Amino acid sequence: MTGKRTVVPFGPQHPVLPEPIHLDLVIEDEHVVEAIPSIGYVHRGLESLVDRREYSDFVYLAERICGICSFTHSSTFCQGVEGLMGIEVPARATYLRTMWGEYSRLHSHLLWLGLFADALGFESLFYNAWKIRESILNELEATTGGRVIQGVCKVGGVRRDVTNEFLSGMDKRLDDIEAEMQEMSKVFLSDYTLKKRLVGKGVLKTDAAYNLGAVGPVARASGLVEDVRTSGYLAYGDISFKPVTADGCDGYARCEVRCKELFQSVDIIHQIIAGMPEGDVSVPVKGNPDGEFFSRSEQPRGEVIHYLRGNGTKNLTQFRVRTPTLTNVPSLVAMLAGAELADVPQIVLTIDPCIGCMER
Amino acid sequence: MSSAGKSPWLLHYNASSCNGCDIEILAALTPLYDVERFGIINTGNPAHADIFVVTGSVNEQNKEVLKNLYDQIPEPKVVLAVGICASSGGVFRDCYNVSGGVDTIIPVDVYVPGCSVRPEALIEGVVKALGVLEEKRAAVDNGGLR
Ligand code: SF4
Repeated sequence: MTGKRTVVPFGPQHPVLPEPIHLDLVIEDEHVVEAIPSIGYVHRGLESLVDRREYSDFVYLAERICGICSFTHSSTFCQGVEGLMGIEVPARATYLRTMWGEYSRLHSHLLWLGLFADALGFESLFYNAWKIRESILNELEATTGGRVIQGVCKVGGVRRDVTNEFLSGMDKRLDDIEAEMQEMSKVFLSDYTLKKRLVGKGVLKTDAAYNLGAVGPVARASGLVEDVRTSGYLAYGDISFKPVTADGCDGYARCEVRCKELFQSVDIIHQIIAGMPEGDVSVPVKGNPDGEFFSRSEQPRGEVIHYLRGNGTKNLTQFRVRTPTLTNVPSLVAMLAGAELADVPQIVLTIDPCIGCMER
Repeated sequence: MSSAGKSPWLLHYNASSCNGCDIEILAALTPLYDVERFGIINTGNPAHADIFVVTGSVNEQNKEVLKNLYDQIPEPKVVLAVGICASSGGVFRDCYNVSGGVDTIIPVDVYVPGCSVRPEALIEGVVKALGVLEEKRAAVDNGGLR
């Protein structure tokens, strides 16, 4: 026997959502038959500003595509302009960019873990994750001057150098941070209640993940080895690491991947510090971008692509961004079909949606 | 100070921010900055809120939502515009889908500058907002509503 179909609206303002997204949930009894997303609440139209801002100024706007992946957006944009203009960035600058990129991943994953715990009503765990996150933000602030918007990337390199003494101090501080994260992830991965609400929820099978084009931790938690860092951009070519994957294909697996990636990032930062080359951190830039370029990076939420086209003037003629959250929305819709209504909020959260990025 | 003055609750809405300010608001609620020591709790329900914290600029799609949430908050209420986006449109004010700051839709009592705003600035803004809330409450009392 099946009941009548009802449509339950979810969002745009909802207690578990820090950002507005709207879903129309078609439900039958207590089960979701279909989820229809609608977006556009935080759309600004930032890409259109390229024709009014010079490419060197646009770095700041690119950074404000999203306050969580801010650093990766600015470095991806710079990487694009540098690709267009054939600029060779000094090795020390690429190492520093890699390091800040990994710090961004740490703060983003801790942020997600905290928000997720909060959404499940586990407030002390939320506070714990955010307490550790503050130590990461301290490192970012000490090295770049900014907590969430760093403004440290520029076309041709980076604006600030970090002294070697500071770097070796960082090495030690990371050990303490790692110990704290170890304690915290034990709770995430073995707590009875968390498991109850995650295992078997929001299932995305491996082939579905592949067909729907999932990226980032969502793809890796469905067993796909998908990580742009393996292409060796920035300093990743010199680093030894293996993408973290899990084969649970459910919410728990996605949580597991993010927990494990915390330690992977710490390991990468240790390698960066050990291998930090000497030299300048930027090169002078002359001329204007001409031609087109695809710039790719692995953000905390997955692959981001910046497409740039220039015509030899100070302004780019076109700029397009494809962010990981938008790429993961089809997967989310697939996960929600068949789910119980009460599980919807945490399933939505398991893709780590970043709406600011998605809508720009 | 009236009893509600000791424990004002806060409703946060992200109009069209980049998230930068939002995560700093959350950071202000967590142990290091801890605005809870002023009795502040983040609520998801407008009917429970006294302080409306808005980040990001306004666009065609969210202006109704913003107005709606504002109307659902009981008087007296204070509106805090957080970040330069909410104050004026900020770096995005020239974008085609940005119509300006929050004050183009609802009255704003306290502006908190910064891009992104620092938690310390936010705390100062909230403390100011508490003062404004007290004044408004006194005005309501003198107006003979109680
Ligand atoms: S003021 Fe800056 S950090 Fe805050 S939402 Fe706007 S762009 Fe983002």
